Amino acid sequence: MLFDSTLRDGNHAVRHQISKSSIEDYCQAMDGCGVHTIIVGHGNGLGASSLQVGLALLDERTMLQTAKKNLDYTKLGVYMIPGFGTIKDNLEPAVNDGVEIFEIGCHCTEADTTKQHIGYLRNLGKDVYGVLMMSHMASPERLLEECSKMQSYGAMGVILMDSAGAYTPEMVQKVISTLYDGLNIHVGFHPHNNMGIAVANAYMAVKEGATIIDGTLRGFGAGAGNCQLEDLVALLEKSGIKTGIDFYRMLDASDNVMPGIMEKEMGQDSVSIVSGQAGVFSAFKIHVLKAAEEFHVDPRDILVELGRRKAVGGQEDLVVEIAEKLGGDNGKSSTVNINYHLESLL
Amino acid sequence: MSDKIKVGIIGTGNIGTDILIKLRRSNILECGIFTGRNPSSAGIAIADKLGVPTSIKSIKAIQDNPGCCDIVFDATSASVHMENIPILKDMGKFVIDMTPSRTGKMCVPVLNLEECLGEPDVNLVTCGGQATVPVAYAISRVHPETKYMEIVATIASKSAGAGTRDNIDEFTQTTRDALTEFTGIKNTKAIIVLNPAEPPITMHNTIYSLIDCPDMDGIRKSVHEMEQNIKRYVPGFKIVMEPVYENGRVTTILEVTGLGDYLPKYSGNLDIITCAAIEIAENYAKKKMAGGNFGKSHVI
Repeated sequence: MLFDSTLRDGNHAVRHQISKSSIEDYCQAMDGCGVHTIIVGHGNGLGASSLQVGLALLDERTMLQTAKKNLDYTKLGVYMIPGFGTIKDNLEPAVNDGVEIFEIGCHCTEADTTKQHIGYLRNLGKDVYGVLMMSHMASPERLLEECSKMQSYGAMGVILMDSAGAYTPEMVQKVISTLYDGLNIHVGFHPHNNMGIAVANAYMAVKEGATIIDGTLRGFGAGAGNCQLEDLVALLEKSGIKTGIDFYRMLDASDNVMPGIMEKEMGQDSVSIVSGQAGVFSAFKIHVLKAAEEFHVDPRDILVELGRRKAVGGQEDLVVEIAEKLGGDNGKSSTVNINYHLESLL
Repeated sequence: MSDKIKVGIIGTGNIGTDILIKLRRSNILECGIFTGRNPSSAGIAIADKLGVPTSIKSIKAIQDNPGCCDIVFDATSASVHMENIPILKDMGKFVIDMTPSRTGKMCVPVLNLEECLGEPDVNLVTCGGQATVPVAYAISRVHPETKYMEIVATIASKSAGAGTRDNIDEFTQTTRDALTEFTGIKNTKAIIVLNPAEPPITMHNTIYSLIDCPDMDGIRKSVHEMEQNIKRYVPGFKIVMEPVYENGRVTTILEVTGLGDYLPKYSGNLDIITCAAIEIAENYAKKKMAGGNFGKSHVI
């Protein structure tokens, strides 16, 4: 199953400014092309439009209703992190707007914060998948433990996010095979492309038993971007793995619709590469660049310090605090001291 | 016979035990009963050592011996509190609710202590609420026209017990409701983040406000005053980044370090709520000793 997060993760790359007409165009172009679900919303999911992680151009109900109106065949999906969104403020309205697939996420060691939400949705008969973010930060054994909790809450599958783009192919192999052997539900993977291997890592995950890959057209997404679905489909088909995707329709959407949504091509610039090495949440990139400019510090120093402090998704407030401290130290020549941390992380 | 006011603690887990230890510092409160359900809890062993009467009959211990306390800290769970509250109200006890049940009036001591002392049941909101609502209020009193207020509370995973995790939805919603209730600003948001880093992180809170033409000097002064007032009962409360205007928003960051009584110092989120509870109880006791009038809710 391919989960298409273009209109969700891609929102990170354009500071959550995806427009109504972009949602319409995209859904029309992709409806019925064979992806299991099209996931729509703020980059951090339902309830996340905020000063902390960025305000979205559209309110979430407008996004969902617009997408729903333009999807006759493909299921509409959403993502939500408990602690950002709540059942009353976000899940209930999404259910009413016709969302059929729900991804409920949390930091990779905190699965028990998803129990209420997975339970609530399963009771309504909705399709629910558990998501563990920043999964490079926990051991395969710990990830299995957390995924088992989600399985016991009623999740139909679990998706591991490589939110920092920090997985090597060997890590993918080890983690996915551990989960595949230990769980009775679908196992999925959501790669990021900081090291230029998102598609390869997705392929590796499939080889190890993953049945869900969550990616985006053109790799449109946070930081260096995501697993590019067009590439992955080509690779899978060539390797004899059937995807059920209408490939030309997907490529047409990629050619005709994506240029209107994206501001620039995705890719690994030096900031994204350092971000991946430091193990920092990809979506911090834009915040880091902004703060670096405001406080006159090197964005790479901020990223390294974020990695050292083991920041998790949702801790964007640390970016400003660190930038302010580094900026304050500027001229006292203490910023150079930060650089050695990078080596200890490598 | 001591002339201190007696309190009861229901719930012998982390919160109940931390309150028990904090009570030793009080000149006017003493623990008359420490009661729960788990005979092997670490808290019971500590209470035994301190010579505090204990029981494993939970609220029944107070029903059997109504004279054992005037004030009750309910450190059980939201659902148990719902069962306890009618019984305790009938007995005329002053109840300080540590659970997220929200049956009683929300109390943030630095903001509305006085008006809560006449209530039969006061609720401590959430740890995130205790830490951030006063600062949000300090900003909103300078700029009542603030368009939007948002808080982010980040706590160490280790300090978030099963109660917080199972009720994270109520936790988020209640914190937001408290923001609106105390500041009068309709458009608010609360975000809760758990961080599992080792060694555990100290409770970290950020308050964002959207204000046209903010009076930064006025805001800094107001926030600084609030910090001093909270420090009186939460010594570990500290503004780590003074209000700054950046990227079109006013951002203030604070941390809360615990006293390390029973709970570790990093769990400032738990400490701020037990400190607040003691502050409420002490003020109630002072008023009672002075023969204060508590209003209609306290007829026995």
